[in-house]
Amino acid sequence: MKRSSFLFCLMFLFSSLMTVWGADDIEQQITQIKQVQKEGQGNLTASQAVQKLSKSNASALIPILSGFKDANPIAVNWLRGAFEAIAANAIKQKTLPTQKLEKFIQDKSQNPRARRLAYETLIKVDPQAADRIIPGMLNDASVTLRRDAVQRLIDEAKSLEKAGKKNQAKKVYQQALTGATDSDQVKAIVKPLRALGDKIDLQKHFGFLSDWMIVGPFDNRDKKGYDTVYSPEDKIDFSSTLEGKEGKVKWKSVNTEDDYGIFDIAKSISPYKGAVMYCVADFYSPQEQSLEIRLGTPNAWKIWVNGKLLFARNEYHRGMVVDQYSVPVKFKPGKNVILLKLCQNEQTDSWAQRYQFQLRIARPSGIGVLSQKAEATTQLSP
Amino acid sequence: MKYESIKFLIPLIAVCLSCGADWPQFRGPLTNNVAISETPPAKVDQENIAWTAELEGRGASGPIVVGDKVFITSTTGFKQDQLHVLCFDANSGKRLWERQFWATGRTQCHKKMSVATPTPASDGKRVFATFSSNDVVCLDLDGNLLWIRGLSHDYPNASNSLGMASSPIVVGETLIVPVENDDDSFTTGLDVKTGIARWKINRPRVANWTSPAILQSSPNAEPVVLLQSSEGVDGIYPETGETAWQYEQGAGRIPSTTVGDNILYVPSNGLTALSPGSSSDPPKVLWKEQKLSPGTASPLVYQNNVFTVNRAGVLNCANPQTGDLVWRLRLKGPFSATPIAAANHLYLVNEKGLLQVVQLGTDKGEVTGDIDLKETILATPAIANNSLFIRSDKHLWKISSK
Repeated sequence: MKRSSFLFCLMFLFSSLMTVWGADDIEQQITQIKQVQKEGQGNLTASQAVQKLSKSNASALIPILSGFKDANPIAVNWLRGAFEAIAANAIKQKTLPTQKLEKFIQDKSQNPRARRLAYETLIKVDPQAADRIIPGMLNDASVTLRRDAVQRLIDEAKSLEKAGKKNQAKKVYQQALTGATDSDQVKAIVKPLRALGDKIDLQKHFGFLSDWMIVGPFDNRDKKGYDTVYSPEDKIDFSSTLEGKEGKVKWKSVNTEDDYGIFDIAKSISPYKGAVMYCVADFYSPQEQSLEIRLGTPNAWKIWVNGKLLFARNEYHRGMVVDQYSVPVKFKPGKNVILLKLCQNEQTDSWAQRYQFQLRIARPSGIGVLSQKAEATTQLSP
Repeated sequence: MKYESIKFLIPLIAVCLSCGADWPQFRGPLTNNVAISETPPAKVDQENIAWTAELEGRGASGPIVVGDKVFITSTTGFKQDQLHVLCFDANSGKRLWERQFWATGRTQCHKKMSVATPTPASDGKRVFATFSSNDVVCLDLDGNLLWIRGLSHDYPNASNSLGMASSPIVVGETLIVPVENDDDSFTTGLDVKTGIARWKINRPRVANWTSPAILQSSPNAEPVVLLQSSEGVDGIYPETGETAWQYEQGAGRIPSTTVGDNILYVPSNGLTALSPGSSSDPPKVLWKEQKLSPGTASPLVYQNNVFTVNRAGVLNCANPQTGDLVWRLRLKGPFSATPIAAANHLYLVNEKGLLQVVQLGTDKGEVTGDIDLKETILATPAIANNSLFIRSDKHLWKISSK
């Protein structure tokens, strides 16, 4: 072997080894960052790792994005910090791996946020990539990629409508609705669709629970009822008569036809003050599944699922919106019993009179999930 | 002075010295709305706009300035859940870098507010950005992540459905982050190097949008951080979170206590002036004056006067020792941003984007100029580089002498 060939081989071997060592190092730093836990546990190690990682070249970008898998939300942010520092340099040096990023975006097995980050980085250097990627994201697990896809269809439908092509517009609006979960987009679709003659069951679209059993009022004067354990917290028996704040009370069946599943206690039952009401609904799940209970209410509340306290919030009259609270829940197969305790205070201000709630079941992506049993009491229709 | 006190004081002095003419946090280097040696233009018009930088998303946080860099925060996304920290060149307005993070806590807030309402803070080496989601980000001045915390992720009931607005402050090696709300209400002191809590204290369970201030009663005294709530004002030691003293006669939950010439001006019973005793003695009430009640903007102490802006947009100038009114001036309001001061002038920007400059006299104040920036502005401006830095959702402006 000639001397030059020998040197070439040596250099190739050396550079290959460097690549392997570098990749190992990157993986090690990613692993260290993913050890970050609540209350700053692991911060010191992660801080050192993220600073090292941030100095890597563009070859670290895809491993970092892949590292989002199984990372907790805090670790995801740490990884994003390193990714952006490296990506900013790569863009300056024109070394951004655009093809690999696009392939990563299309890989739906990857973390939705990692794919969105890859997309936002890619379109900085290739704005036309949006036209290639977004139309295929209508039912994507990434909330924001899906949102962009829905918006394109809304814009297209509007143009068709403006051009007098009502049937085509209707079809595009209907398509857009299949991916829409943000209330602003849903409203922007439903209004013209209804004007075009479509009947839309928004409760079903969002997965709102509309049929409830309710009992009360119990005493919440001086806001003491929040921590007081009334009978429904021990046992739910719809045939029982209970001692309430204003005498004997019985469970009764109630429902709402509001598009957004708002059940208005003040309007439908009574504008109770200093009161606790308990509401029960069933949710049938075909299998064990991890979903979210999404609640909106201006009142203080506690939620139990199958007798286990899931979350509690002692805040009154700071507003109410769809998906105000998202509480992770693991439903068991079959019937699951949701118990909501809703507390109203005694404020006399005009803005403190609302006593209401809206509750839906959704995937983490925001897509509504319906109860799966036809005879379930919790949905308007199967 | 105890060793512990000296140990504490050194970093504070170091931070102040390193800040120089910087504007490193909400309401400036001493959290009193006053620039120490800067001279922004005394008369302003459109020609004073040195540069304009475009922004996206939402933000009611004020800019801060460290050296030649301006830092601001903003949010994007339907749910304002994308958190941005941006850095601009103070001389040219060029965007130097931007970093984004995802909110790990709730992002619901009042439509007038933004998830990026708290103003960031800096110790001269690091930038600390907090958001309504209670995410706390620490970056170096070049945008490299040093650490990040998600306080609502750790404590899921620490949130406010109207939004969190309190700005953090840095004292020595501690970043003080108020997370005060109707449910899991606390304030925590984070180690600036690691983000790990040095202390965490429970706070009154009532929504609170005020920001901490620093009381340094004498050059040798241990600094005390002032935490205001509906119950009053607590003086706490920044290194330990221990309570030094309490003023328990109630206070507002939007405008914040200001310290001037070693007197506390508390939005309480109108406006209340408190004279601090020793570091552990509660302060004494000097006077209370309903007529000086501030609206949203915090009080300001400058050149031997105390100033407040009321809900009607009237600027009150009062004697800081007695609370007696000296003069009043009707301005074009309403104001969310706190007035700031330098070189014998006050700078007030109203919610509609009108910057008004008031020249101070002994018996009256006079508007000497204005610029209509024509955008909603809720953020308190910064003064540095002999200039003003003002932000809306859409733009960041530098206002300088011609």
